[in-house]
Amino acid sequence: MSKPVIATASLAGCFGCHMSILDIDERILQLVELVEFNKSPVDDIKTITKPVDVGLIEGGCCNSENVEVLRSFRKNCKVLISLGECAIMGGLPAMRNGIPIRECLEEAYYRSPTIDPSDARIMPNDEDLPIILDKVYPNHEIVPVDYYLPGCPPSADLIWKALVALLEGKPLDLSYGLLKFD
Amino acid sequence: MNKPKTTKAKPAPAPGIKFSIDGRECLARAGQTILEAAKDNGIYIPSLCAYDGLKPAGSCRICTVRVGGRHQAACTFPVSDGMSVESAVPDLEDMRKAVVEMLFVEGNHMCPTCEKSGNCELQALAYRFQMLVPRFPYLFPKKDVEPAGTKLLMEQNRCVKCLRCARGIRTADNKAVFGSLHRSRKKKMFVDLGLASALSERWARTAMDRCPVGCILRKEVGFAVPIGRRKYDQAPIGSDIEKPRS
Ligand code: SF4
Ligand code: SF4
Ligand code: SF4
Ligand code: FES
Repeated sequence: MSKPVIATASLAGCFGCHMSILDIDERILQLVELVEFNKSPVDDIKTITKPVDVGLIEGGCCNSENVEVLRSFRKNCKVLISLGECAIMGGLPAMRNGIPIRECLEEAYYRSPTIDPSDARIMPNDEDLPIILDKVYPNHEIVPVDYYLPGCPPSADLIWKALVALLEGKPLDLSYGLLKFD
Repeated sequence: MNKPKTTKAKPAPAPGIKFSIDGRECLARAGQTILEAAKDNGIYIPSLCAYDGLKPAGSCRICTVRVGGRHQAACTFPVSDGMSVESAVPDLEDMRKAVVEMLFVEGNHMCPTCEKSGNCELQALAYRFQMLVPRFPYLFPKKDVEPAGTKLLMEQNRCVKCLRCARGIRTADNKAVFGSLHRSRKKKMFVDLGLASALSERWARTAMDRCPVGCILRKEVGFAVPIGRRKYDQAPIGSDIEKPRS
């Protein structure tokens, strides 16, 4: 039997959840034995090239590119997991929800303390840039999501136990302390 | 000295009332609520707005139990002889979880940034119920951090309207420092800035500690207890009450 395929992506996240994947320490050697990685920042494969068994998504959707990547994961992954608070509920980026988008952009590009007042006011507006969404969306409000691993980031133990449970087809034993929102 | 308004300590009569929770025989004293009696019998009924020593408000409904086929708030409903109470049954447990999930989507709960994380009763209930994601869509309401006098802040994004502050924080001359405005979805807690500024250091801390979530905050403190040593890091909420079934 060929190895199960895993893919990962970071949308509106800080890469902390990916750091936590690496934080499984020497178990990563076991993981590499057990699975094959496809698209992931870990191996730098840029697009999904074959059917994926488990897709892990860090971060929610703040722009049109995030939505595209998320939809391609949903299309190609048997099981899709929202990894971390940002993926599950928008997380820190969602602190802008409730503030009008123009105000956010003006704060960043016109009024931020590092802007030289003598410079021309420039708001990036190139057709190659992804379009910013009206708010940051939890992933399951864009596509159906199968599992959720909370935490900021989820602990390496939680990620490891969840992957092992999935690969062995067993239910995840969430003993107290594994579930954390911070 | 500031004194909180509490229900008068009743003289404790002998526990003469026999009743049961989920088929388990319990003893209670006349005048006790189901929640109080359950605790005395080593049974934890999840609750949020209830607070020892404060008059019950019955506002959160997390303590909902079934008595005679009807839903009742365990924190307000008195025990009576021969009463049989259902509590830890799947439909009630799921309903409690749903209420917790509702509270999460009705506010903006960014636990990773919250001073109360690890010591928060709402979060602890979510851990106990193993909430991975709320079943309701996030509302992302527009709420603000508001000043609350010289010592306190109110982070309205996290308020669950349990009314503990309104019930339990008073000045020396018995004036309420906190109150609520409006009703239903518009309901909002407010604070009298002058009275809040006049609170003693101890009572400012008490206001923060009684708030079950990270809404009332003492200025310039927070994140004092390291991760791993916070209230709910090691054991679930309620585990101090629960005694194993003999
Ligand atoms: S959940 Fe936390 S660690 Fe993960 S991407 Fe968001 S901010 Fe970073
Ligand atoms: S109040 Fe509790 S649930 Fe809300 S953000 Fe803070 S820790 Fe999380
Ligand atoms: S401020 Fe805190 S104590 Fe007061 S109602 Fe809100 S959550 Fe309850
Ligand atoms: S604890 Fe009983 S209604 Fe809130």
